[in-house]
Amino acid sequence: MSLRGSTSQTIGPYLRIGLEWMVIEDLAPKGVAGDRVSIEGRVIDGDGKPVNDAAVEIWQANSQGKYASPEDSQDKPVEAGFRGYGRSLTDDAGVFRFRTIKPGRVPGADGKLQAPHLVVTVFMRGLLKQLVTRMYFPDEASNAEDPVLAAVPAERRPTLIARKRADGTLEWNLVLQGRNETAFFDF
Amino acid sequence: MKNPPPYRRPYRDTQPPYLFPPYASTVKRAPSQPLVALPQTLSELTAPVFGYGDIKESDNDLTRQHKGEPQGERIVVSGRVLDENSRPLEGVLIEIWQANAAGRYNHRVDQHDAPLDPNFTGAGRVLTDREGRYRFMTIRPGEYPWRNHYNAWRPAHIHFSLFGQAIVQRLITQMYFPGDPLLEYDPMFTCVPDEKARNRLVSVFDWETTMPEYALGYRFDIVLRGREATPMETRR
Repeated sequence: MSLRGSTSQTIGPYLRIGLEWMVIEDLAPKGVAGDRVSIEGRVIDGDGKPVNDAAVEIWQANSQGKYASPEDSQDKPVEAGFRGYGRSLTDDAGVFRFRTIKPGRVPGADGKLQAPHLVVTVFMRGLLKQLVTRMYFPDEASNAEDPVLAAVPAERRPTLIARKRADGTLEWNLVLQGRNETAFFDF
Repeated sequence: MKNPPPYRRPYRDTQPPYLFPPYASTVKRAPSQPLVALPQTLSELTAPVFGYGDIKESDNDLTRQHKGEPQGERIVVSGRVLDENSRPLEGVLIEIWQANAAGRYNHRVDQHDAPLDPNFTGAGRVLTDREGRYRFMTIRPGEYPWRNHYNAWRPAHIHFSLFGQAIVQRLITQMYFPGDPLLEYDPMFTCVPDEKARNRLVSVFDWETTMPEYALGYRFDIVLRGREATPMETRR
């Protein structure tokens, strides 16, 4: 028997009531292996204004390229204390932030390794269903051979790669419309 | 390593579009450029796992989070979470939030001239059991005005957020109440082209979960995306 999937509805403006209890901006407590990264970005609407009521969620593998999920059957260890899930609710300036570790490489649909990336899901008032995108890391040679990046038109590819600020923070903005519009995926 | 089987595409017209001008906020927030087709890789076919360490057992009772009892009509909201292959989903984290009985949210942005209820926060969460079942005790939320268009009112609703076993199953939706006259005027409800899909967002009055002399029951089943090919049964 087959059912039809339930319909998505907007998260609306009052998301904090339901989602604030599980804000996780620091994914990797002390002791978790991997290169530490700080990520910060802004969500920007079609008028260039900050979106102050968005939920940004990230999902990532550990530094070995293993997801803490029973669906990942790779023969690699999961790491105690690292779930790989983060949730940030944007502030009045539209800013979200995460502190985590750089994930390892995980296999793609064809078995070849993908470049390190975060899966990013975005909800907000005015979105009737979530947006899904990915954040990739700067100065990463494997970006050139990543099959998902390769599927993104070349001129839009830079929108998925974070920029390293002088202080080392990775800056990555989510631009909803216009010239620098982030590439979003049909998932 | 073998890639897990991918998930089916949403059935035609059962999901809303990004741009739906009758809901004004979509105009500046819907992506304007074409979406890029995404192959479902391990990254999309996995999802975080939540457990009883994440929530308290009492988190599913929104009527007992404060000293006193909230104002309004107590209701039981329950149902099952299945995938499109009719498989019950165990361990799904459900987060809900809602307005109080007067139609006011406990949120700084909500300036509707209706009273806040010091005994009602309006947030709850629960994990589904082996059969995919969940249950909340709460208060029937009130309808409230919003500024989308002249004399706009939202039908009574409860927001639902769910995590499945894969990121592509992630779902945020709203549950409505049967017979609500505001539904047909609500752009968030009518944005869904398929009428049957829309109507599945409306809960069903349920004698079986109605508690005598205490609370009416409403049933709301939720279906997350299913795999293209049913894999060997694996329980988490």
